[in-house]
Amino acid sequence: MIDTFAALAHGMAVAIQPMNLLYALIGVFLGTAVGVLPGIGPALTVALLLPVTYKLDPGGSLIMFAGIYYGGMYGGSTTAILINTPGESASMATALEGNKMAKAGRGGPALATSAIGSFVAGTIATIGLAFLAPWLVDVAVRFGPEDYFALMCVAFVTVSATFSDSPVRGLTSLFIGLTLGLVGIDKLTGQARLAFGVPELLDGVEVTTLAVGLFAVGEALYVASRRRHTEEKLEPVRGSLWMTKEDWKRSWKPWLRGTMFGFPIGALPAGGAEIPTFLSYSTEKRLTKHPEEFSKGAIEGVAGPEAANNASAAGTLVPLLTLGLPTSATAAMMLAGFQQYGLNPGPLLFAERPDLVWGLIASLFIANCMLLVLNLPLVGLWVRLLAVPQPWLYAGILVFATMGTIAAKPSAIELSMLAGFGVLGFLMRRFDIPIAPVVVGLILGPIAESQLRRALAISLGDPMTLVQSPISATLLAVALIALLAPFVLKGLGRFKANED
Amino acid sequence: MTSGDSAQSPRRIDPAGLVIAALLAGLAAVLVWDARGLQSVAMYGMGPEAMPIVVATGLALLAIGNFIDALRGNLPARESADPVPVLLILVGLALLIAVIGFGGGFILATSALFVTTSAAFGRRAILADSIIALVMSTLIYLVFDRLLTLSLPAGPLERLL
Repeated sequence: MIDTFAALAHGMAVAIQPMNLLYALIGVFLGTAVGVLPGIGPALTVALLLPVTYKLDPGGSLIMFAGIYYGGMYGGSTTAILINTPGESASMATALEGNKMAKAGRGGPALATSAIGSFVAGTIATIGLAFLAPWLVDVAVRFGPEDYFALMCVAFVTVSATFSDSPVRGLTSLFIGLTLGLVGIDKLTGQARLAFGVPELLDGVEVTTLAVGLFAVGEALYVASRRRHTEEKLEPVRGSLWMTKEDWKRSWKPWLRGTMFGFPIGALPAGGAEIPTFLSYSTEKRLTKHPEEFSKGAIEGVAGPEAANNASAAGTLVPLLTLGLPTSATAAMMLAGFQQYGLNPGPLLFAERPDLVWGLIASLFIANCMLLVLNLPLVGLWVRLLAVPQPWLYAGILVFATMGTIAAKPSAIELSMLAGFGVLGFLMRRFDIPIAPVVVGLILGPIAESQLRRALAISLGDPMTLVQSPISATLLAVALIALLAPFVLKGLGRFKANED
Repeated sequence: MTSGDSAQSPRRIDPAGLVIAALLAGLAAVLVWDARGLQSVAMYGMGPEAMPIVVATGLALLAIGNFIDALRGNLPARESADPVPVLLILVGLALLIAVIGFGGGFILATSALFVTTSAAFGRRAILADSIIALVMSTLIYLVFDRLLTLSLPAGPLERLL
């Protein structure tokens, strides 16, 4: 407990250095500006802005990431409220009521309750992160390789199978990612796998190339293909930005409840902010004193899900920082940000680079405060960004997306891979296959393989080692249940339907 | 399209789903074929060829799963897509790759992509867009190459700056 305060104070001292404050400010600003663009979620925001930080020192760049991460989240909810195109599924619940409020001329209070709710939730959840992380690190240092492998299996299953509406499509996405993760030189034996004699493939598939291809290029292709179907309508922000006393009274409880949903679920190695946001939405709908306003623009329906969304974003940093386990596409991009400096999040990083980790956590607080102060006054600027004509918007996104790859590896093959992943992302969107599991599979696949091989080498090839450790046995059982549950439930559902 | 339609003909086979299943099966075959060339040098535990086989098995099972879904017509309904803009953007990406590959530099390459993408989204003002694209990519080049010292490929235009 005391240690946490000391470490956090130390982190604060790192974070409030003028240069670091500036990095946080730039991060918050860029994150919001990019996140506000329609169709761009926080994961893509982080991916697109990675090149900006290539030349910074790790400390400064991670602090900038903290700003980009929270800024991107905030920008996404602005878009959801004003034009009803949530950049990611976690903003869908916000868009339900928020856009209705904007249509009814209450866009100002909707933006305000989402900004203040995000601040409240972000602050509470970051405190939760600061206290939970050291404890989890203590647990994690006792993990053997077989336990890590089992933990990754849980993450694989929960990220892909449980929460997608079809486990088959979710797993398909995961296995595409695992396949891509195999490409390159096998670290233990030095043999090339799936490289087909192409030298660029020996280093493996670059996470940023994959993510930018799937998210940015894929999204642009998809939107272009169905341009005639969609008509986006930007709701002007009319009237006062400020919340009335009544609005405050109706907002604060949903903020706190949303936080209570968001943080624990985000912190589980399960992934997905959709669950807590929709839980929060349905809870508020049930508890509200104004049920007649729901689906016509009830402020509780914005306050709760937004808080849940932000709290779960902070929650996903718990497994990311302590275990090196990304459970969402955004967390995966943050991990890629760490990896570009050769840093591997996990218990070791807490011991070796406490200044870095705690500086990052402290910066999350600072980024949160900056967002609160900056964003409501700047809402006019963000609205103008939303009004960028679609052709220029997507052309600009593609230029920026390719620039990241050109700066990292200016080769025709790397760029062709980017385009190829773009086509893959387009097809996956078209056939409703979730995209995030591909990225998670690419990142976690190789780690899971090396942990498994290490575990088997230690046990002299005895696979029973996986079930002899109680931690590993429990986790594998959880993974198996989570994998089979949707199929069994579906079977039960069909059985019931036949009985009727 | 609506659920009413699918209730009338619940067993309509979805050809796109069959293609997905075939692609997954093909990918599994490639993995197995590639893994056969690897030598297992590990004394204990698993060698480099084990994981590809595991993944290939998973892909094969998923190919079957997708095949069943396709036969049942279980795929979610799709809206009609317009192939022309998609092709235009892909042409833009191909131009970008060609210009970078032949040393044309960052500004020309990204300008080509900008103009084709903008056209794909329905703009018909190619000249105006070209000017916007050139100005914008020059600015990006200056900011990232000079200010942030990222190395972006230089061509004839960049050497003039």
